[in-house]
Amino acid sequence: MKAYFGRRYMLSASHRLNAPSLSAEANRATYGKCNNPHGHGHNYVVEVLAAGEVDAETGMVVNMATLDEAVRAKVLERFDHTNLNLDPFFENQVPTTENLCRAVFELLDGSLGAAGLERVRVEETENNFFEYSGGRD
Amino acid sequence: MILLSRRATFSASHYYWNPSWSEEKNREVFGRCSNRNGHGHNYTLEVTLGGEPDAVTGFVVDLKWLRDVMEREVLDAWDHRNLNLEAPEFATTIPTTENLAIAAWRRLEPAVTAAGGARLRRVRIYETPEIFAEYRGEA
Repeated sequence: MKAYFGRRYMLSASHRLNAPSLSAEANRATYGKCNNPHGHGHNYVVEVLAAGEVDAETGMVVNMATLDEAVRAKVLERFDHTNLNLDPFFENQVPTTENLCRAVFELLDGSLGAAGLERVRVEETENNFFEYSGGRD
Repeated sequence: MILLSRRATFSASHYYWNPSWSEEKNREVFGRCSNRNGHGHNYTLEVTLGGEPDAVTGFVVDLKWLRDVMEREVLDAWDHRNLNLEAPEFATTIPTTENLAIAAWRRLEPAVTAAGGARLRRVRIYETPEIFAEYRGEA
């Protein structure tokens, strides 16, 4: 029987939104305060949703220890308390939360044991969030 | 179609134990959750129905009715209970959050279907604000 298991994690990071192909004026107009040359930061909430069969022996879709370890090793170690603009993932793309969401999905996909990665949601603040399902929807 | 959701909270105790395994294996797989004296959570049950708003009332369903269904079918059975000992569905099934989501669906689905109109789309159980499982009625 297919079910879903989700967990929320927090990471703190800084970033600056600036597209090199746009002029300084266009960047300011597009990104507003997020274009501040000195950067700024957020406490991001990363919500990971795993999907799969409920294992008959454990009653679980995924062991939370497996999920925690994958998120710690692949996402939190990499991004927590860092400047996202300096991460290789954002060398050629702006570290918007849309792109961070996609980065998290791609880093985690295939690392949850028997479970699949259904969706990643990243909340930048309490009032805005982004979701990515690997382009399946 | 409009999706409509309602939450309710309940508090219950449980522990994880597979009787066909050794004590060591239970501890290894389930960690602190395998403590046979149990532990507890403040759970949140989140129920999502899908349907069209009624032309007269503008409601997909009456939320008071949904609250009553959730209380009657789920909270009356699980709130302030030991799930392993007092909820019949967990006599032989481990009360993981995944299995709670499936069991809550099975408790709610007949009442929602019998009412006609909206259909049950998703049941989500939060074990803590950070941990949840959901079931969408899939095989």
